[in-house]
Amino acid sequence: MKTYILPSLKITVILLVLLSGVYPLVIAGIGKFTPGQGDGVTVTYKGKVVGYANIGQKFTQDKYFWSRPSAANYQADAGAGSNKGPSNADYLKDVKARIDTFIKHNPGVSRAEIPAELVTASGSGLDPDLSPAGAKVQIARIAKVRGLSLAQVNNIVEQNTETPLLGLFGPAKVNVLKMNVALDELKK
Amino acid sequence: MNTEYLGIIFMYLLTIAIAIPMGKYIAKVFKGEKTWFDFMAPLEMLIFKLSGIDPTREMNWKQHLKALLTINAVWLFYAFFCLLFQAHLPLNPDHNPSQTLDLAFNTALSFLTNTNLQDYSGESGATYYTQLFVFMFLHFVSASTGLAAMMVIFKAMKDKVADKLGNFWDFLVKGITRLLLPLSFLVAVILAFNGTPTSFKGKDTVIGLQGDTVHVSRGPAAAMIAIKQTGTNGGGWFGVNSAHPFENPNYLTNIVENVSIIAIPIALVFALGFYLNKKKLAWVIFGVMTVGFLIMLFPSVIAEVGGNPAIAHMGVGQPGGAMEGKEVRFGAAASAYWGITTTVTSNGSVNAMHDSMMPVSGLAQMFDMMINAFYGGVGVGFMNFYIFIIIAVFISGLMVGRTPEFMGRKIEAREMKIASLIALLHPFIILVGTSIAAYVLVHFPNAAWATKPSAWLNNPGFHGFTEMLYQYTSSAANNGSGYAGLTANNIFWNVSTGIIIFVGRFFPIIGPVAIAGILANKKFVPESAGTLKTDTATFGIMIFAVIFIVAALSFFPALTLGPIAEHFSLK
Repeated sequence: MKTYILPSLKITVILLVLLSGVYPLVIAGIGKFTPGQGDGVTVTYKGKVVGYANIGQKFTQDKYFWSRPSAANYQADAGAGSNKGPSNADYLKDVKARIDTFIKHNPGVSRAEIPAELVTASGSGLDPDLSPAGAKVQIARIAKVRGLSLAQVNNIVEQNTETPLLGLFGPAKVNVLKMNVALDELKK
Repeated sequence: MNTEYLGIIFMYLLTIAIAIPMGKYIAKVFKGEKTWFDFMAPLEMLIFKLSGIDPTREMNWKQHLKALLTINAVWLFYAFFCLLFQAHLPLNPDHNPSQTLDLAFNTALSFLTNTNLQDYSGESGATYYTQLFVFMFLHFVSASTGLAAMMVIFKAMKDKVADKLGNFWDFLVKGITRLLLPLSFLVAVILAFNGTPTSFKGKDTVIGLQGDTVHVSRGPAAAMIAIKQTGTNGGGWFGVNSAHPFENPNYLTNIVENVSIIAIPIALVFALGFYLNKKKLAWVIFGVMTVGFLIMLFPSVIAEVGGNPAIAHMGVGQPGGAMEGKEVRFGAAASAYWGITTTVTSNGSVNAMHDSMMPVSGLAQMFDMMINAFYGGVGVGFMNFYIFIIIAVFISGLMVGRTPEFMGRKIEAREMKIASLIALLHPFIILVGTSIAAYVLVHFPNAAWATKPSAWLNNPGFHGFTEMLYQYTSSAANNGSGYAGLTANNIFWNVSTGIIIFVGRFFPIIGPVAIAGILANKKFVPESAGTLKTDTATFGIMIFAVIFIVAALSFFPALTLGPIAEHFSLK
């Protein structure tokens, strides 16, 4: 065994320097030239940072587009999914309650118009997006609370909608924080 | 929805398009032929010189295993002590505490073995030091350990090699410098430009639009996430892994990460063909693996896109499929696809919570890990498949009355004994583990432990049973994904899965290497009319049958109690 222990120790130290020291430092150096300089891309409103573009935020007030339910309450240092199984009776009760709450705050919306993502928790608990349908179903409520026209709010959804990658791959989505900043900016 | 299907078809085709030339490249590297990464040679020479290693010294299979086990022991102790004292080590901007004894035991073994079951959350349970100098380090070296062991088998299959099976250190280092490091570098840069953090700044605090204060965990994550995928490790920077919007910011990064998960495992199959100049055999193996992969993929995609019937009854629309535990930017199809690719390859990273997926998906994911050889982990996937080949050769030899031979060597009782033990070990540790856990849960629900067994499960009924079965399956397969609802950070689960992880890693490495080494020392019998051909479709079907009989027969009863029962009770 002695033939192997010494080389094992030495090569471990050398590989630690290369793989855990040099490699991430080089990546960190390259990261300086990326959007957000490697610290994460932020969103500002009136010159103040109000969040990270990629990190979902809790929105429960009627004047804002709501985010998806979060099992982590949008705490971005402890992201988590609900990990509830599809057949769990307590979980299904929660979903039912979310549907009722949504309809109460959005009178006139039929159940079939509500996409499931608005009543189910995301995997990370930090999902920053909605599907365009999940945003559009909230337009009437926001327009009414803010005294805006439906077209104005719809415009915000359209402007923030991101099409699938190259128009071909994956779902379309819309960033909730960016829409809500756009709503607040309309007010000025 | 169509763009979601296009997305996963594109991902698979892209993977194959990358894997074939990559396989050729890997074969060249280990044959010692010229490649465009030869500029790494001076770095490799420097590493060998400083370590006092002669990379040209040929080793036999026993020497290979001694070197492999020695250095793995060094890494295990190093990792264990770092985790126990991480609070006092540098690079801890978020002031996270050290890991407890049982958690450090589990975590060190888990990363050493390429498993990456994570009973902690990266945001609060690790420091930047342990993330980079323990986890990311082990990501590289554990993957390369698998590669090195596999190369011994490749070499042993050649003619007239006997005890000259290459040098372990040479394989280990080249796996890193020629394959894992360049590839990870590329992936990390793509991630960085798409919003994954790279800097060493700790948590940020911001006040959101609604006035809520939010703490945002960050860190030099891009470098680690890249190797976590390319090395089929799976242990992420953040607790929710690649579902986290920093760890996997958009659909492009999802494609890059997902392709990275299975590119090397598939490439290694083609590498075998190029290395031994047996391309037809490589295609037969690839064919068997792909059929198995697709059989698991289709039902899972259909189930996730179709949505949860219990939610459909409430009247809401599920245009995006079953969205509990999933992210809008990936959608149901890409989440199901990831779930299958991560479990066939022993990667274990997730972009959606498996615990919340449909029972059909849970069934497919567990089946992947129970078989653990459809593509499989870096190096070890092929080694598991090798065991099935040996068994298939033996059985078909008996069936048609020919001497069982593989690659010109007779397979006899000793090799068969090893192969059978390894094949049976996997179901044994999974099922025994699950039955002990289920027994404890039923008979001692209120045992006076820090976490009472009655508090283990996050879901009742069949799904709860699946949470336990999944945890042991994932541990034994060195996969590391989890039904994350299980409360696993306690002595019972940390210790029991830790032991299973260890057994599930090292015996399936030792067994195939020993078989290959023994075979290499046997007399070479040239192929004749009496030889059973192994590079034919017929033999492919034979391997497939062996795999399905071994896996289906041993696991079917357990699966019936879990996902199958849940599927039929879900209305």
